[in-house]
Amino acid sequence: MAEKNHILEVKNLRVSYHTYAGEVKAVRGVSFELETGQALAIVGESGCGKSVTAKSIMGLIKKPQGEIKEGSEILYNNVNILDYSKKQWQDYKGGECAIIFQDALAALNPTMRVGKQIMENLMAHKHMKKDEAKKEAVEMLRRVGIPEPEKRVRQYPHQFSGGMRQRVMIAIAFACDPKLLICDEPTTALDVTIQSQILDIIKELQKKHNTSVIMITHDLGVVANIAQEIAVMYSGMIVERGKSEDIFYRPRHPYTWALIESVPRLDLTNKQRLASIPGIPPDLLNPPVGCPFCTRCKYCMPICKERMPENTDFGDGHTAACWLHHPMAPQVEMPDVKGGAK
Amino acid sequence: MSTEKDVLISVNHLKKYFNVGKKAVLKAVDDVSFDIYKGETLGMVGESGCGKTTCGRTCIGLYSKTDGQVLYKGKDVHTLSGKERQNFKKEVQMVFQDPYGSLDPRMTVSEIVGEGIDIHHLAKSKQERQDKIYHCLELVGLNREHANRFVHEFSGGQRQRIGIARALAVDPEFMVLDEPISALDVSIQAQVVNLLIDLQKKMGLTYLFVAHDLSMVKHISDRIAVLYLGTLVELATSDELFANPLHPYTQALLSAIPVPDPQVEKEREAKKIRLEGDVPSPINPAPGCRFKGRCRYCTDICQKELPPLKDVGDGHFVACHNIHKMEMGNE
Repeated sequence: MAEKNHILEVKNLRVSYHTYAGEVKAVRGVSFELETGQALAIVGESGCGKSVTAKSIMGLIKKPQGEIKEGSEILYNNVNILDYSKKQWQDYKGGECAIIFQDALAALNPTMRVGKQIMENLMAHKHMKKDEAKKEAVEMLRRVGIPEPEKRVRQYPHQFSGGMRQRVMIAIAFACDPKLLICDEPTTALDVTIQSQILDIIKELQKKHNTSVIMITHDLGVVANIAQEIAVMYSGMIVERGKSEDIFYRPRHPYTWALIESVPRLDLTNKQRLASIPGIPPDLLNPPVGCPFCTRCKYCMPICKERMPENTDFGDGHTAACWLHHPMAPQVEMPDVKGGAK
Repeated sequence: MSTEKDVLISVNHLKKYFNVGKKAVLKAVDDVSFDIYKGETLGMVGESGCGKTTCGRTCIGLYSKTDGQVLYKGKDVHTLSGKERQNFKKEVQMVFQDPYGSLDPRMTVSEIVGEGIDIHHLAKSKQERQDKIYHCLELVGLNREHANRFVHEFSGGQRQRIGIARALAVDPEFMVLDEPISALDVSIQAQVVNLLIDLQKKMGLTYLFVAHDLSMVKHISDRIAVLYLGTLVELATSDELFANPLHPYTQALLSAIPVPDPQVEKEREAKKIRLEGDVPSPINPAPGCRFKGRCRYCTDICQKELPPLKDVGDGHFVACHNIHKMEMGNE
């Protein structure tokens, strides 16, 4: 493992939010590594902590409501970013690491021309002169496929359509050639045809600059399209991670099985019942002691309710946290989860 | 197949325009015709802004029409009067997209579900009314204990169930489902879709299912209508549409669906039809085919004339001038 070049290593990340109702443990001990130039997808339902993980990497957890617990480490090129000074943070955010949000209209400044929003980044991190940055901004817009970029740089975000706004976000994110790009559900609000255009742009730019990508989404189709590695999150923990093929063709965790099965496949007969996951995710105000999935799991055993299972290693970086893989557990036939169509 | 079935709703050349400022007309629905048969699910897909929701709402008289006709059991929906109108509103119900915005936060669940029962005088006694409410809640998988709670105590999926229970309370025949699952999580989507399929089997309901998630629409629908910028471009049974899409827009739309399977996904990427640009504005659209600016097969006639909806056999309708050319190209 040490030979591989990890741009990012997250170790035992724990994040809590303090609310009136108590402490919400949004992320409860997440660890993963990201190789340079690879794309990692984090999948899970809403409220499972995937966005909070991304925000922690970007340094966007606001005190005092949010708190990254002691003992958490986020190593970027082997330096813990949680110990960064203010100056280091400034270089890191936007320069080294960029983020694309789901809601582009909310993320862009409505009172600023889009050209200026791109130039801001270029002038701050690349120390460009104003007219130099202006030329570069036009060039960036052209690269993300916006027609008539010379005219468009002088427009405001509300004059753009949803897909075009998302392109502007990508242009801002890629302006300073970041080494690490975090995409927080970049295509969820978009139509399929626009979605495929946006994914193409991200992949193309990723290849060109050898950028590492963290893709956060709940759409398994998007995951299959873009990711080499997948981490499945459930209620603040990574329950399974591994190579894309391993997760899709040889999943080991009941939650991953259920997730893949609950997506309608084009080869199923119409109106056949979808395999749904009964119940709802647990409340993170009082997270369960045992496996968080035990209340919704078909294979729940007494021990699942009492203790959190350890990670079982299946080789090649494929791990899953489930008691079913304990030597003493009953053998369970894995359901036929050949996700996909045709 | 279609000849044996009764037509429940017949939409003929329906138009719905909105005036937006001086001389600007937004043609949300422009000359759309289709039938919905009793007991079937008609899926309606298209990109955002293509008029799917407007079409669904105009069909049940929530919007007044600009031109054309919607016949429900042979009667024009927009000119019903008095008793007939009351009865129509009982038989036709709607489930909305946003389970947070469509339920009154100051009413309990039993008030929400019971409102329709009161309006249509469907219960003779208090006891009967209460039983009906309980029955509806149990139908959608909620408990009796939920009846006295307020909406904010429920999760998104449960709220959508309340919305469905409200619609079911008046024993409807026809339901317009306006993106009922797009605000929900993947695992919860499957629950709600299963519920809708079960209810249809149990009660013989007819659905108009409006959505933009194509694989889900394929799953639930008998037939699918594809809309583009207010016009109906293709209509076929769902198997036929996915196996043999004829309109270039439908082809592009289907090829853009990402498949949750890395290997299939790689193959799909290679032969994907890439659509350039965005959906144009529906305000004052230029004459000719609406899809012409993004179409690979565009010819002179497409610039001038709006293609009519043509039957190509087996209830498969397409609105395109160049169908024959494309068939040759595909082979």
